[in-house]
Amino acid sequence: MVGDLPGSGSLPGARLPASYLTPGSSSFVDLLSTHAPDLVPGRRPVPDRAGADIAPHGTTIVSLTFPGGVLMAGDRRATMGNLISSRDIEKVFPADEFSCVGIAGTAGLAVEMVRLFQLELEHYEKIEGTTLSMQGKANRLAALIRGNLGLAMQGLAVVPLYAGYDLDAAAGRIFSYDVVGGRSEETGFHAVGSGSLFARGSLKKLYRPDLDARTAALVALQALYDAADDDSATGGPDVARRIFPIVHVVTAEGGARLPESEVTALAEEVVAGRLVRPDGPPARLEQEGGA
Amino acid sequence: MSTPFYVSPEQQMKDRADFARKGIARGRSVVAVQYADGILFASENPSQALHKVSEIYDRIAFAAVGRYNEFESLRIAGVRLADMRGFSYDRRDVTARSLANAYAQTLGAIFSSGGEKPYEVEIFVGEIGGEAGADQLYRLTYDGQVFDEHRYAVMGGAADVVGAYLEEHYTEGADLATALGVAVAALGHSRNERGETTDREIGVEQLEVAVLDRTRIQTRKFRRLRAQQLASVLGATSA
Repeated sequence: MVGDLPGSGSLPGARLPASYLTPGSSSFVDLLSTHAPDLVPGRRPVPDRAGADIAPHGTTIVSLTFPGGVLMAGDRRATMGNLISSRDIEKVFPADEFSCVGIAGTAGLAVEMVRLFQLELEHYEKIEGTTLSMQGKANRLAALIRGNLGLAMQGLAVVPLYAGYDLDAAAGRIFSYDVVGGRSEETGFHAVGSGSLFARGSLKKLYRPDLDARTAALVALQALYDAADDDSATGGPDVARRIFPIVHVVTAEGGARLPESEVTALAEEVVAGRLVRPDGPPARLEQEGGA
Repeated sequence: MSTPFYVSPEQQMKDRADFARKGIARGRSVVAVQYADGILFASENPSQALHKVSEIYDRIAFAAVGRYNEFESLRIAGVRLADMRGFSYDRRDVTARSLANAYAQTLGAIFSSGGEKPYEVEIFVGEIGGEAGADQLYRLTYDGQVFDEHRYAVMGGAADVVGAYLEEHYTEGADLATALGVAVAALGHSRNERGETTDREIGVEQLEVAVLDRTRIQTRKFRRLRAQQLASVLGATSA
């Protein structure tokens, strides 16, 4: 039959492959592994040598919840060994209307994983006429990460951070992963990537459960600044080139990237504050709220 | 010894066409109407779960009449084809034209093959472009013929009556409310044996309406209009 290889481009005018017309899975990954297995990330042969320094790595992603939503922010640097391979890479993507995913680790593999994940969610939604539950989406991502285990063992790990607004629970939720696909839900805030230790320390001191969206974005930018301050692989705000972190906000109305003008204003506020106090806003020593 | 009856190929094809046409004529009509911001699909469909109009891809929608199981499997195949193509190339490389072609080949092959029963379906494949002039609307029939439609199109049970109403009342470049008003009125339009109009009003609960809306910010331009939204849009026109 013509058009047996839709992955490599069925010719216009070809009949739909018979297997497309048979009932089956609602998963795009399943479809891909039947029709174009060479395009499934986990199916490729694993190289027998470690190669952590041969491909660009993405670095720090932070995410935090606020009443009515969740946001995620990522710096713009990708490194290759001791070199900076990109200063304007984008590492935070919308996964679907109500969630977003940020990537740390091998950038090329991570971007491909995100593309597949986005399509997995969209495909399910179109076929089934309904969206997956928040946990369902988080589990699908875990399965994709697990498929990359072989490469992760060779130093080409992908560690995403997943966040979204759960319409059923009416709250923002954050899921983190390890290299083998272990999934755990985080409360309040989380960070991944090389600068995540410093970002998390910063978030610990600045996070409040009652932040509004704007202040939450400010907290995220402060945390990224602190990560860039101590981790060479995380990029700080690039005032000269006007390159600032990407901030994605998800609420009950859906998700959207914060407009560049707003991020610029916030980033300039952070930088101005650091000119006065280079270590950032001090945390209060005594407990807040009295009681 | 029994001799099989000779049936001429013409007769065979005619029988198959009659069979398919009868099946399609039993269902309610679906209309597609081009308006200023895109393409609107409307149908009378009391079911909230079994859709006649669906999303295929960013700018592409699918609508069908006839046997549910048959057009549903075509719809899913279309989604698979589109997603597969978009993943292996780019999202912009998924076009209504190639999808319509695949459907046409499939329907044509099934119609003319002796073994399979012809599909009792008719399909719309619509795609919106950057401006109204670039919008495309294809109508495919049970035998795999493709018609390139403009302004509006109708298929299903009372296609001729509904089409006649649209011919009279359709205006080019209308806004959503006007286009929706005309489409819904057309679906409710009917004539009795004496040729008198016996129009009825279709309630918003009985309508399935979706649009490909180029003003949407998201890359996926398909949007369903639920009963509540329909009531407010339709209310705005009659007021």
